[in-house]
This record gives sequence, structure tokens and C-alpha cells, in this order.
Amino acid sequence: MTRAWKVFWALVIGIPILALAAWGLHDNVRLFVITFLNGLTLASLYFIVASGFTLVFGLMRNVNLAHGSLYLLGGYLGYFTAQFTGSWLLALAAGFAAAALVGLAMQVSIFRFMPGQDLRQTMVTIGLSIVIADLLMWAIGAQVHQMSPPPWLDGPIRNLPVIRAYSTYRFSLLPIGIVIGVALWLFLNRTRVGMMIRAGVDDRAMLAAAGVNVNLVFATTFAIGAGLAGFGGVIGAVELSMVPGEDTRLLLASLIVVIVGGMGSVVGAAIGAAIFGLAETYGLAYAPTYSVVFTFVILVLVLAFRPRGILGRPA
Amino acid sequence: MESGKRTFVRTLVAVVVVVAAFSAGAFAQAPPVKIGLLATLEGPFAAGGQDSMRGAELAVRQRNGVVAGRKIEIIKASSDAKPDVAVNATRKLVEQDKVDIMVGPLSGSEGIAVKEYSKTQPSITFINGSSGAQATTLVNPSPNFFRFNTDGGQWMVGVGKAALDKGYKKVMVIAEDYAFPYSQVQGFMTEYCKLGGKVPVKAWVPLGGKDYASVIARIPKDVDALAVVLGGADAVNFLNQYEQAGGDKPIIGGSITVSQDILNYKGKRRESLVGTIAGSPIADAYEAPEFKAFVADYKKNFPDGYPSPSLFALVYYINMKATLDGLDIVKGDLSDGQKKYRDALAKMTLKTPVGDVKLDGNRQAIGTTFVTEVVKDSQGNLYNRVLKKIDNVNQTLGVPPSEFKIGSRDEPNCP
Amino acid sequence: MSAANWRRAINVQNPRPLPTSSQASARVAREAGVGRFSFENPVRARHVLVLAFLLAYPWFASPFFTYQIGAQALALGLIALSLTFLGGYGGMISLAQMTVAGIAGYMVAIFGTAATDGVTLGWPWWLAVLLGIVIATGAATFIGWLSVRTEGIYTIMITLAVGVAFYYLVLQNYTVFNGFQGEQKVFPPTLAGMYWRDATPFYYLALFWALAGYLFVVYLVRTPFGIALQGIRDNPRRMHALGFNVTAHRVAAYAVAGAIAAVGGVLFTWYNGLVTPGSVGTHWLINIFVIAVLGGMRHPVGAFLGAIVFVLLQNFAIDVIDRERFNLVIGAVFLAIVLFSRDGLLGWWTALSARLSTQRGATTWKAARGRLYAR
Repeated sequence: MTRAWKVFWALVIGIPILALAAWGLHDNVRLFVITFLNGLTLASLYFIVASGFTLVFGLMRNVNLAHGSLYLLGGYLGYFTAQFTGSWLLALAAGFAAAALVGLAMQVSIFRFMPGQDLRQTMVTIGLSIVIADLLMWAIGAQVHQMSPPPWLDGPIRNLPVIRAYSTYRFSLLPIGIVIGVALWLFLNRTRVGMMIRAGVDDRAMLAAAGVNVNLVFATTFAIGAGLAGFGGVIGAVELSMVPGEDTRLLLASLIVVIVGGMGSVVGAAIGAAIFGLAETYGLAYAPTYSVVFTFVILVLVLAFRPRGILGRPA
Repeated sequence: MESGKRTFVRTLVAVVVVVAAFSAGAFAQAPPVKIGLLATLEGPFAAGGQDSMRGAELAVRQRNGVVAGRKIEIIKASSDAKPDVAVNATRKLVEQDKVDIMVGPLSGSEGIAVKEYSKTQPSITFINGSSGAQATTLVNPSPNFFRFNTDGGQWMVGVGKAALDKGYKKVMVIAEDYAFPYSQVQGFMTEYCKLGGKVPVKAWVPLGGKDYASVIARIPKDVDALAVVLGGADAVNFLNQYEQAGGDKPIIGGSITVSQDILNYKGKRRESLVGTIAGSPIADAYEAPEFKAFVADYKKNFPDGYPSPSLFALVYYINMKATLDGLDIVKGDLSDGQKKYRDALAKMTLKTPVGDVKLDGNRQAIGTTFVTEVVKDSQGNLYNRVLKKIDNVNQTLGVPPSEFKIGSRDEPNCP
Repeated sequence: MSAANWRRAINVQNPRPLPTSSQASARVAREAGVGRFSFENPVRARHVLVLAFLLAYPWFASPFFTYQIGAQALALGLIALSLTFLGGYGGMISLAQMTVAGIAGYMVAIFGTAATDGVTLGWPWWLAVLLGIVIATGAATFIGWLSVRTEGIYTIMITLAVGVAFYYLVLQNYTVFNGFQGEQKVFPPTLAGMYWRDATPFYYLALFWALAGYLFVVYLVRTPFGIALQGIRDNPRRMHALGFNVTAHRVAAYAVAGAIAAVGGVLFTWYNGLVTPGSVGTHWLINIFVIAVLGGMRHPVGAFLGAIVFVLLQNFAIDVIDRERFNLVIGAVFLAIVLFSRDGLLGWWTALSARLSTQRGATTWKAARGRLYAR
């Protein structure tokens, strides 16, 4: 795209957004700022879950539609760990580990035998998601499971300048998301394993030819990606509660984030999460009736004009 | 196989066959009455669906599985709160499994679809499960669809006055965007507006939306209370997020907002819920002996159920009891297109644990509503105590039928 | 449509009278041994048997089986057929086929008669059906235009997004679509003395359109357009180099699939007697995909096979296993078929018949990448 066109698009998209923002600030500053914070924190949660998804797709071209079920699994296990031990941090670790283990099992026992058959892998993940979701409901029941935040994150932060009060836990999602994002970036860009993963994303065959144990790299990546979903599940269990049906919702959200941001790119996932989280919360605050339609229209427009997403790579 | 073993097996088979023939013959005198039972066992209301099955089963167990000399055979089916799934499940029960009577469904829009289906099966009797949409019996009612439970609007009668008594002069409504909450809000606002209350803002949220931060941000500073008509996971999320965000306004609950399955959600008991008033067909702490016997029975039969039966359990119990009581009255005679049975149902006064129920001209129940308040007992469990009991609540909420409008997003209105 | 008309219609620039694309594709078709009514594809005994069974079905099956199993499978199969055509022969897996079917259903309800008087126009049923199919096909073309630049998994995602956006639109809008309640009492008319929603007439109606759709697809994939489409599926770059307008072909494929899905949608809405947001939700979007995959995407009959298995599972899984676990059964069956077969039920059938047949290579021949040409 030439520079002129880039400027043109930036203006076409940017000016209406600025105009709306100005109106929002003028109309009700508190609502605008709170919604902004809500959007960013929600985006953090979406980013954590979606980053695992994009990692798996980026390397293995595997669209893991069981990602939502892994979220649910991690969330439930985290809940029970917290009940048992009383520690939120242990719950986070348990959620991560459980989902990572299941993901590892899926990769090693099923996907390893279907190299290159992307569509078939996708269909297997659909089947797995139905089965896992129903097994969880069988074992745990259909009731709502609401995890409590740890005592040091409980309750509101009071006496804030414009917005008066804000939920401590929700606010903490922002630093958590940033830490995860930075850790992921460091892992991918500053470690040997990360280097192998990035090489594999660019050229799988060459990676194998260079003598790397590709299966091991794949297994590690899948485990990390699944673990991130489980980790996100524990975080979400406090903020949004666990109930059958959360898996489809978070899966859809991850898909949108990853597609808007570009499959295979962690930075893209961050950008996509920000766009999607802000769009959803502003929609819910200012135009709740059609808010969800707007978010999907954004997705459709992005895909129609930038089929690979904002930072995406060719499939 | 050696011949000895072969003979043994053959004898065993013969014995089994003979025993089976005898046991079949023992019931050959009066054929069992097949009753289809439909509830949502998947999807958003799955937890409520499980309890509704318990309620219906309790009615059957109280009669030891026999009514009017006939064995009761329950055939269960499941839906997921979608009308087309409910109709498919009903059609299978009626046309394939050949049930005599159909009990269900659970949710409002399913009820409307099943009512339409019932018109195509005039010789089967359909009795509601717990669906509470007003339109089911008010608009194009079906001659063989009976609802022995009151609808969503009836459940909120009395709450408007109770809210004003507590001093809530301005209320903001936060409710899900579909028929059942519309009827609940209407039930609340009809009385509230008439007595001078004001509702400046109504926030209709999409069903299943989990993030209430934006709605919470929109709560104006000067409202006295929030009328929250959300169910299931949505209610839990909202209450949790509201408290975390530092909100402290009192809450007026819809019937499924503070029902047992919400008060018992797996998580820390929310102290903030204490004092919430709501309208409901059930009140956990109702003192009448029939109700206490019902609760004791529920606890004895279902040790893995809730500490106290939920709204769904009670309502399904009432409808199943009506089904069986009707069969008793006609002595199990379902001949002649079940005409006698339907007449009996239309005329009978049903005795329920919470009071008497009669049917109006549209085969809709006229029954009892409770205004409740959430309190904590000595063990720290939350339950609903009775503030007021209102009998003979009819479907038009006391308004003349010609003036009555079914609840919608904009009706009623008193900003 | 003749080859020359087709070329004109898609505006292929071809100034020199070299062997034209359509002549080339026709030659390929001849060499591959497939023709429109050639003797390489006779009507076999099994075709006659199946047809006879389908025609005679209502006479020995109960009304429940005729209506809820037979007619539902045919209507769903028709919608899945649109996906089999688009995905199997066009290489574009679209999850929005149920959306198109739902649009047709909603239009029939809005323009015709339905329960809520406020939102329906009450026009005659044939006009409503016609409008429904036209509008749905238009919508499918629009979806195709949006998705045409994407490939593979991106196409799945964008069509899923369109489907979910439509779901939320009809869920939240009350003035046109009546929101959560949807349109109830959308029934077929009473014609020629018969109420077409009764089990047997409706079954024959569904059978007629299912057969029509099936034969249409079987015919279409052997025409120059169909062959070109399969070429585009396998190697779009080469087809573009040969002078085919790849985008136009793809959008046309979406339109054709949309028309098929629209007819199926009208039938399915009449079957249910209602159309609600739940009918076009994520659950159903994925179900159609599951049906098409279950049966196999290599031949149009796979869609109907998948539909029959799906409908049987939906109705009878609940009898086989505990009431609440039938989702598990459906998921497990789907998983088993996907894990152990390369192409659903048809894949098993082909493998079985290849093993049983003595002539190797006579039944099917595959391109290097394992895909099948029209046979």
C-alpha cells in the first residue's frame, strides 16, 4: 500500500473515532474513562487466551477449536484448587498445568499423526471440544462456579480522580496481561526454543532439515498454547465465572482477536485484543442493543480488506 | 459348549423368559400411563433443568409410581432453551414414544413453540413445565395446553409496593433482552408506576453477555435501587462485578435472580445480597405445614439437591401433581380423546404446597405470589423469607383484559 | 448454459482465437471420461434401488419417521449439500450456509404470514418463497464477495463471523426480525386439497427438492463451469494463468450454493414451523459443517448420508445413553468418523469397495494431492 493510501485509511478510520471520543468525553467523562479501562482489562483477558491460540496456529497451522474447552478445564481445576488450598497463585499454576497436559496429550496422541491435514485437524478439534465440554459438565455439573479473588485483590480501589472507584481485581488484569505478553515476547525472541518456533513458523521443512526435533518443538508449543488457555480460564473464573457455554464464547472471542490481529503473531494478538475489547465494551456502554453486531462487522470488514489480519502471515 | 453347560444355559433362559412373561402379565390388567417430561438439561438453564426434573419426580414418588391403579412411566427428554429443539423433542415423545400426556417445557420461548405444536395433536394433553411467557396462554391459546403455574408477570405482583415501602422512589431496571424479563419488569412496573415510582433508565442486556462493567458504569448516582432481572450465570456475574466495582445500592430481584440456584452458587456468599426483595412463586422460608412437608420430602428424596427446592423444582412439581391429580379424578380414563381428563383439569382446584391454584378461561393458572426478602440463617446459608403472600393473582395482574398489554422493551414506561 | 454464453457472462478477455478456456476444459472433461450423459456414468442398479426405497418410504414408515426423520434429513441434507458443493468441489468451506438458509426462512416469514402480525406483510406464499430465495441468494453472493479473497481457514473464520453477526442482528432487532422470539407459525400452504405440512405430502415435497438439488449438483460439476471450479480449487494460480476469472467463478459458486441452501432453508423452516435466532446460531452453523463432513465431501450424496446419521443420532442417542449425555455420543461419533476416515462415511465406503473390488484403479482415480475429480 502506498503512503498516500495509508494516510487516507488512517484518516477515514481515525477521524470518526476521534470525533466519537471527543463527544463521549464531553457527554460523560466518568463513563468514558471507566469504559476505556473496562475495554483494556477485558482485552487483557482476551489477549492471554488468544495468544495461546495464535501460537499454535502460527507454528502448526492447527486451528485448535478445542481452545475454549481448555479454557473451561483450566478454570474449573483452578477453582477446585483454590477451594482446596486457598491459594489463588496455586490455582493459576494448576490451571496452566492441567490444560498444558491435556494439550500435550492431544498433540502427541492425535495431531502428530495427521501432518499437513489442516482441515482434518480442525474437525478433530471440533469433535474434541464437544466431548470435553460434555465430560466436564458430567463431572462438575451445570451450576455456576464463581471463584473469589485473593484477599489482596478483593474489593474496589476507592478515591480515584475521575472514576471514583474501580474493581481491584479487574484492574490487576492489565499488569497480568502485560507481564504475560512481555514474557511471551521474550520467550519467542530471546530463547533458543523461541528461535526454533519462529523458524518453524517461517519454514517447517527447513527446520526439520536443520536437525531440530520438530515433534518436540510442536509438542512444547502446543503445551504452552494450551496452558495459556487454562491460565486465562483461572483468571476468567474470577471475573466472569465458569459455566458450561463459556468455552464457545471465549473461543469465538479468541478467533476474532487472532483474525483481526493476524494469525501467528503475538503482537497481532495484542493489537486485535485491544481493538476487540474496546469495541465490545464501548458498544455495550453506548449502544448495547447492537453492540455485538458491530464487533462482528468490524471483524468482517477487516477480513474483507485485509484477509490476513492486520499483522498476519500467509497461511 | 458341552451338553451339560448348554442345558444349563437353556434352562436359565427359559426361566428368565417365563419370569418376564409373568411380570409383564402382572401389569397386563391396566396399561401404564406414559408421561413425557421435557426440561432444559443443556445450555444456560441446565442447572434449573436438573432441579425441575427432581420436582417432577418427587410428585411421582409421592404416589409410589402408581396413579388410579396404573403404573406411571416417565420418559424424559432434553432441550437447550431453543424452541426448535424443544418442539423436536416433544414431537419425538408424542409421535414416536407415544406418550399420553406431555409435561414441559422449561423456558418461555420454548413454551410458545410447544403450545403451537400442541394444536396439531388434539388428542394429547399438554401441561406446562415452568415456562413463564405471557403470550403462551394469552395470545392464541391452545385448547389442550394447560398451565398450572403463574407466568413471569404474575410472579412480580406486590414487589412494586414493597419497593416503595422500603423507600425506593427511583429504580433503574437491568434485565435481559427477551420475553421473560419483559414480563417480569411489567409485573413490577405496573404496580410501581401506578403508586408513583419512577424508572428513569432501563438497561436491556443481551442474553448470555457476561461483562456487566459497562452497564454498571451507566448506573446513575441518584437511583435508590436496581431492579435486576437476570438469571443463572448472568445474575452471578452481575452481582459479583457490581460488588467488586464498589457498588452498594440495594437490589430488587426478579424471580430467578435470587432463587436457590443463585443463592447457592459455588463461591463466597455475597453479604450484599442480604435484604434483597423479590417476587416469586416460591419462598424458601414459608411456614405453612404443606410447604414444610414438601421441602422435607425434597431433601429426603434428593440428598444431592439444593438445601431447599428451587423455583423450577416447585413449579414442575405443581404441574406434575396437577397431571396426576387429574388422572385420579377421572380414574385413569384417557379414552375419547382425553376429553374427560381435560374437563377435570379445567375445573379442578389444585392443592399445592403454596396454596390453591385454579385455571382461568385460557387454561392459565390463577395462583399465589410471594414477595420475599433474602436473609441469612444461623449456618450462614442465604434463603428467602416471606414478606407478603398474595393470593388469586390472575394473568392480567388486576388490570381489565382490554387494557392489558404484554410486556415489551418500552411497555410499561414511567421515567 | 453453453460454453460461449458462460464465457461472455464472466467476461474472460480472450482476443485471439486460440483454444479457448471452455474448449480446453471440455477437452479435459472428455479425456477424463466424464460427459454430461455419457455411458461412463450409467444409472446403476443401486441408484434405482435407493430411489425406489425413497419413493416408497412413507408407505411403510410411521408418520413420525416420515416427518421427523425422513423429511428433516432431506431438508438438512439439502442445506448441507450446498456446503458439500462449495467445499468439496469449490474448495471453500463456508460456515454461513445455515445463515443463508435462515435468511430465506426469515424472508418467507416476513413477507408471508407468521404469528406476529406486526412484522409480517401477509403476501401470498409463492411470492414470499420466491422473494426469500432471491434475497437469500443475493445475500450468499454478498457473503461470497466478502470471502472470496480469503482461503482455507480464513474463509471458515470470515463466514463464521458473518453467521454470528447475523445471529446477533436477528436476536436484537425487534422491528423486523422479532428478536429472541423469532417468527412462529411459518407454515406451508394448503394446495390442491392437501395441507403440505402433513407428514406424507411434506416428505414428498422435501424429496422432490432434495432430488432436484442432488441432480443439479451432479450435473453442474461436469459442465465447463463445474470443471473450472474444481480446477480453481486445486490450483487457482494456474487457472488464472489460463485465462479464467477466478474471482467470478468463486462468487458464482457461492451464489449457486446460496440458492441451494435457500431452498433447503425454506423447507427446514416449514418443517420446524418457526425460525428463531437459535436456528441460525453458532450451534447450527457448526452442525451443518458436521453433517457435511460426516457424510463425506467427495460426492453430493455424502450430504444426505451425513444428514440421516445426524438426525438419527439427535433423536435416538437419548434412548441409547443416559438422557443428559447425548452430546457426548454425537461428539464421540463425529470424532471417530473424522479420526478413522479420510472423508467421512463416503471415505469408508470407497475404501471398502476398493478393497472388495478386484479391478484396481477402475473405481476412482486421484490427483497427487488426494483429491477427487468429478465422476
